[in-house]
Amino acid sequence: MAASSERSPPPFPDSEEPELLEDSDEGADAFTGTSISEMDSPSPDSTRPPKDIFNEPPEDIFSDPLSNINSEPQKKVDAKIPSPSSDEAVDLFSDPLDDDSEVMSSPEVQNPMPDLLNEPVEAPKSDVLGEPPVSSVKKAASSEMFGDDDDDEDLFKEPPKVVTKKPQPSGPPVDVFTEVKSDVKVKPQVKDDPTDLFAEEALTAPAPKPSAGSSSSRTNGVHSEEQDLFSEATVELSLDSPRNDRKNKDAVKPSVSAPAAPVASSSSKAPSKTLKELEEEESEDKFDLNISITNPEKVGDGMNAYMAYKVSTQTSLTMFRSKTFTVRRRFSDFLGLFEKLSEKHSQNGYLIPPPPEKSILGMTKVKVGKEDPSSAEFVERRRAALERYLQRVVSHPSLLQDPDVREFLEKEELPRAVSTQALSGAGFLKMLNKATDAVSKMTIKMNEQDVWFDEKIQDVENEEQHLRKLHVMVESLVNHRKELSGNTAVFAKSVAMLGSSEDNTALSRALSQLAEVEDRIEQLHQEQASNDFFTFSELLADYIRLLGAVRGCFDQRMKAWQRWQDAENMLQKKREAEAKLLWANKPDKLQQAKDEITEWEAKVTQYEREFERISATVRKEVIRFDKEKARDFNRQVIKYLESLLHSQQQLIKYWDAFLPEAKAIV
Amino acid sequence: MVRHDEINKHKLQICKELNPRAVNVDLQTDATLQVDISDALSERDKVKFTVHTKSTLPNFKQNEFSVVRQHEEFIWLHDSFVENEEYAGYIIPPSPPRPDFDASREKLQKLGEGEGSMTKEEFTKMKQELEAEYLAIFKKTVAMHEVFLCRVAAHPVLRKDLNFHVFLEYNQDLSVRGKNKKEKLEDFFKNVVKSADGVLVAGVKDVDDFFEHEKTFLLEYHNRVKDSSAKSDRMIRSHKSAADDINRIASTLHSPLPLLFSNSQKIEARVAADEDLKLADLLKYYLRESQAAKDLLYRRGRALVDYENANKALDKARAKNKDVLQAETTQQVCCQKFEKISESAKQELIDFKTRRVAAFRKNLVELAELELKHAKGNLQLLQSCLGVLKGDT
Repeated sequence: MAASSERSPPPFPDSEEPELLEDSDEGADAFTGTSISEMDSPSPDSTRPPKDIFNEPPEDIFSDPLSNINSEPQKKVDAKIPSPSSDEAVDLFSDPLDDDSEVMSSPEVQNPMPDLLNEPVEAPKSDVLGEPPVSSVKKAASSEMFGDDDDDEDLFKEPPKVVTKKPQPSGPPVDVFTEVKSDVKVKPQVKDDPTDLFAEEALTAPAPKPSAGSSSSRTNGVHSEEQDLFSEATVELSLDSPRNDRKNKDAVKPSVSAPAAPVASSSSKAPSKTLKELEEEESEDKFDLNISITNPEKVGDGMNAYMAYKVSTQTSLTMFRSKTFTVRRRFSDFLGLFEKLSEKHSQNGYLIPPPPEKSILGMTKVKVGKEDPSSAEFVERRRAALERYLQRVVSHPSLLQDPDVREFLEKEELPRAVSTQALSGAGFLKMLNKATDAVSKMTIKMNEQDVWFDEKIQDVENEEQHLRKLHVMVESLVNHRKELSGNTAVFAKSVAMLGSSEDNTALSRALSQLAEVEDRIEQLHQEQASNDFFTFSELLADYIRLLGAVRGCFDQRMKAWQRWQDAENMLQKKREAEAKLLWANKPDKLQQAKDEITEWEAKVTQYEREFERISATVRKEVIRFDKEKARDFNRQVIKYLESLLHSQQQLIKYWDAFLPEAKAIV
Repeated sequence: MVRHDEINKHKLQICKELNPRAVNVDLQTDATLQVDISDALSERDKVKFTVHTKSTLPNFKQNEFSVVRQHEEFIWLHDSFVENEEYAGYIIPPSPPRPDFDASREKLQKLGEGEGSMTKEEFTKMKQELEAEYLAIFKKTVAMHEVFLCRVAAHPVLRKDLNFHVFLEYNQDLSVRGKNKKEKLEDFFKNVVKSADGVLVAGVKDVDDFFEHEKTFLLEYHNRVKDSSAKSDRMIRSHKSAADDINRIASTLHSPLPLLFSNSQKIEARVAADEDLKLADLLKYYLRESQAAKDLLYRRGRALVDYENANKALDKARAKNKDVLQAETTQQVCCQKFEKISESAKQELIDFKTRRVAAFRKNLVELAELELKHAKGNLQLLQSCLGVLKGDT
């Protein structure tokens, strides 16, 4: 059998496979006959398009033993690949014998080009890493929204209906809000629409009274009590971001805080204001304030040593005393800033950008070691991370207003942030996460009425996992590139040695040229490795941290909800107690019970309002985050690709220079 | 389920349409005797090569014929050359390396273990990659065996060897068996003695400047080429793992980047594969070839030492006037042997150099061209991708 199978190179058609499995003893014989002709006349096969090659052989080769092995492990399977398979191999490995022309001209390489050109056109730029598009894709549709009268009308009709229910004492306020929301949700364009963002910014504009009037005129007399309630909430919000006042003073503010209503009113009031303008405004924001961190410097000696960074700010904002100023800050100051900010703002649902993690190992190295590359890399990495952190903080419109931020940027001497010493950023975040996790476990029964949040929370979790996975891979790429760079350097030296011992002059020369080329390539690999790291890996690490912070925001919202629910329950209990008293006819205690009910009613309203406010803030924050992220990723990916492009250009240059040397060998 | 030996259950056949000749050696093709491996088949743990011969030489019964040979038979042929005293003055073409599929076998096993933890697509993809890798090794093995036969066929003396003709023509199993333990042990001792002797012989100052120069050159060259070969292997291995990483990143990313990444991975993997073929294999081949040349020099050195000893013995015999005739014949034999070796060795070494220079030239030019092509492809890819990304902003 063995002999016959050797002599018979059968083709590899799928149809013959089953036979083979059935009687693999004779399987070999079954092929004889066809084989020789196959072998002798390979030319017709070779003209087959290479496409087949890619689809067929690998599958066949693997799939048939898969099934076979289990059933008949002893028998051999005659699975020969027909002649085209060698074509495949050629394509795959660019066989030495292969004419070079084949590889590039083969269709599967050419295909990607058109694909690349076509596909992204369908998928918008923000598709880059998955998540971002959600907000920005829809953004495109937003301009249509502005002109859409039907929607506006619907929106305006809705609230009055809802509000009229309000006066009934037994109906808890929740209903009002949820109903408004869910009504709005039915219209898909409104939900998730970036105009929300716009509207919410408008929401913060300081015009509580007039807007109440305007809104009520529009909404056919919305209950005035309700109106006040909302406007109060909005006033509070506007205090947090007075900067927006300036920006949006022309946008007239609607007073209902249910997310959809402002969309309608703002779009109807300011239809001329397009989204583009808004974006321009934002980029203006960015331009106003430039922060850079430079000159990391070691201060002190031994274990008490620390790195101080120069934080330079350049701004045209009037809130700062001068246009440019510089302070020196150490790492723990950055952590201190984060703690101050999160203490103040995180319970309001703000997304506080997390600072880089404290690395005891890395810092100890810096403290103890002298100038070695790994600690230099560590310092540079931290410097860049701190810079990005600070830029994120100041690009947040509300955080920029915080006196602590201003102080951090301006003040010469900052009180030492003591508490951060033991508690690193990571430790702090971990603790925070633990605490909030516990809370979320407690409130796991929270049935999310808001589909947007429901989806978003899921999205954020998925994305975080995804980014973590990606991050691990990119890290491994970085390591392998570094390894490659090291090995290339060693090889370059070795080739140089070989060249020096070669006694053919031209060949010797060519070899030392090759060594030089490899040396330069080593540099390229090294640069590429650091590009992989700084533009790609660090970006991912940042966003893994940021997504953690986003989750923190969601948890804050959950906490607020929990508070409200607790108050609600308490109120219920008090009411029951009152009913009991009424029934028991104890008028003396009745008054006290009534007072308590009023007190708790007030609390419920307050907590509810807080929850609504935090929901609105979180939503706004998340939308803003998504937008930033899309922009960030897009920018970084372009930067990364440009770095790759540069390496390839250099590579071409090097090999171009080498080619004549190789040809000169005689 | 995947079983680790699954791959071995296959017989892979490769028909070559392309002329694989002169991978690492530059050979003058001669119409009177042309040998190639038309077909190869991978079975369990052995590879069967179909050796195809075309010849106008009268010693063959037919003009064109094929036989099936295994790796062991190639080794047998090589050893028969080495052991033949007649060929002491020639560089014996280095024997092809043993087919080694252990690496891919191991990977396949790993794949089987990780089967549960990955998606079907990932699994299929990895399987395809492994398959591709396996095919690459397979092709390489075939090419190495073919190069050996081609070199023998092109050699003016070795091509006339009777064993070679049997190897090409006899269409039954040559029933060559692998060496048993005793023989292996003998071989080992022989090698020890030989290398010890080699040191001794190398220490002897050569009378001929040409050979003296060649000796120092080859000693150094061999070591360096060995070093370079090892280093290039390592470099290529890390290049491959980097390409693998890119590939894995591509599979995790969302559109449109995965396309870019997977294409860039393809290119990167190809760069690594080409470096492997053009650079590492070249170095590996000349590692073995320079060893063969060194062996030749050793044989010559040995003959020289024998000759000198015979001279001394003759002088002694003459002084004592005893066994002079016998000593004289010994001296004559040694002298003839040495001169014969020297004569052919000189030509062989010059040929070796020509071959080497030509092979390096060819491979380096090809390497540079391939690197350029890949870099340009990559560049184009990146440019178009960047254009798309920027166009969207």
